[in-house]
Amino acid sequence: MTRTLQPRAPAAPGRPRRRPRLQPARILMGLLLLLFVVFLSFPLLWLISTAFKPLSETFTAGLLPKQPTWANFNEAINDLGVLQSAANTFKVSIISALLTLAIATPASYVLARRPSPVNRAVLVWILITQTFPVILIIVPLFLILARVGLVNTHLGLIVVYVVWSLPFVLWMLQGYVSGIPNELEEAAAVDGATQVQTITRILLPLLIPALVATGLYAFVNAWNEFFFALVLLKSPELTTIQVNLSKLRGIEGLARWGPLAAGSLLATLPTLVLFGFMQRRLVSGLLSGGVKA
Amino acid sequence: MPTLVPVIILSIWPLLQGLYMGFTSDELGAAGRSFVGLANFQQMLGDTQFWASFRIGGVWAVVVTAGVMVLGLGLALLLNAGLPFQGVARVLVLIPWAIPPVIKGVIWRLVYHPTSGVLNSVLLSLGVINTPIDWLNSFDWALPAVIVVGIWTGLPQATVVLLAGLQTIPEELKEAAALDGASSTQQLRHVTLPLMAPVIFAVTALEFMWNFNSFGLVYTLTAGGPAGTTRLPMLFAYEEAFQYGHLGYASALGTVMVLIVGLALAYSVRRQLRDAAPRETL
Repeated sequence: MTRTLQPRAPAAPGRPRRRPRLQPARILMGLLLLLFVVFLSFPLLWLISTAFKPLSETFTAGLLPKQPTWANFNEAINDLGVLQSAANTFKVSIISALLTLAIATPASYVLARRPSPVNRAVLVWILITQTFPVILIIVPLFLILARVGLVNTHLGLIVVYVVWSLPFVLWMLQGYVSGIPNELEEAAAVDGATQVQTITRILLPLLIPALVATGLYAFVNAWNEFFFALVLLKSPELTTIQVNLSKLRGIEGLARWGPLAAGSLLATLPTLVLFGFMQRRLVSGLLSGGVKA
Repeated sequence: MPTLVPVIILSIWPLLQGLYMGFTSDELGAAGRSFVGLANFQQMLGDTQFWASFRIGGVWAVVVTAGVMVLGLGLALLLNAGLPFQGVARVLVLIPWAIPPVIKGVIWRLVYHPTSGVLNSVLLSLGVINTPIDWLNSFDWALPAVIVVGIWTGLPQATVVLLAGLQTIPEELKEAAALDGASSTQQLRHVTLPLMAPVIFAVTALEFMWNFNSFGLVYTLTAGGPAGTTRLPMLFAYEEAFQYGHLGYASALGTVMVLIVGLALAYSVRRQLRDAAPRETL
């Protein structure tokens, strides 16, 4: 259940409160809302239904499969290479998330603790990177990666993902570090802790939730990413799950729709998990323009 | 400041390099590059594909953004109206948000499929159409079809932000307006919308930017077809760079895209500043 959007608090007692009545206007509003909900949620339900439909029902318009089956998932994993591409994507996503954190954490500490014009510059640069079309980033990176022989390797893709997630992760972490009072570090210094001890014993434990949240963001960012993976990885055995699924354009005939839907459902799982975690955060993050659609 | 060095190397340098490459004759696989000044941009002026693709990109970004904003505001108001099942509805409308762009494309290919797609079977059974339409391969229907998906994609995000904005408006203001005899339409026009203006502008600017630069969704749906009718600027730049190897030209296309998005942003910021000028609101 969502807790993001609090229902409006009831009016204070003593104030006349209009009770919702069944007026034509409200019925119309209810119908409109229903229309919206159907439009927004139906396509996913259709995907789920297609994923569980046996081949004989793939072409029928029934919303619910009459004889639900797991066969499509087996076929997706065994024949469409979904397992291999999911494993590739997982590897690339987890490593790039950890690397991004490793670079961003110390940098965010510097930014937060030594406020300077650099801070404002970083914010501007984050906004700029949000406005840049990815083609401008990938072309120079592609040339560098080609020069050092990293095109068509997972390592090359990992480098690109670090570049791509870094600005936003840095900005989020910087905000979290700023929120930790300076007094803690001063107190530790008075107790004779070295700066390294202060950071590892005091700051890092406090930052764990922030690191999990930003790490998750970087992970899902990489998991969902399509363009860079399409450009950089040419070998089928290296490909990521998004590229793999987008390439199955139904050329293989309609028999593939069920397994394709099943694979797509598997590819959506990490995002759904993130979504469950971050619901409350998403709104504030969105306003700073971080979560790309 | 040594900790900031990797950040600068990894992030700022590629961007600047990308901008510079628009002024070079870089080709994939060719050795060396030469500075060619504005030649790439001159070439664009005479390139019919460039004009077609940027026109399509403009139509796509404007229509999708407008659709998302209008429908998003309507939906946010509905979700804030205290209707039954409000909580469930608020979760359900967020669904498209949690799906990767490529998978959104797959889902809608299922919906639009000419023979087994649910859209055609519904329209046929209602008698709206007599023969199935191949939505994504039709010259007339492909762009409208992808625009609908674009709106579907952007709607949840915009709705959530607008709803959050709506909930920050103090009830007292609306009640005061109601006491003064304002109808609900008047309350919306003179109280709610003016107070929401900053949020609306921010979301509009972001939406326009994302839509103009978007790639994965339409690539999965149509790959730019049929015959380039849905070739958004990013798809065009991708083809130029990685199918034909014109890296310099593709970078120049990217630079033009930055300029267009930048102008749109600058315009909306200026509007916002002008609208924020002191005014007698209440």
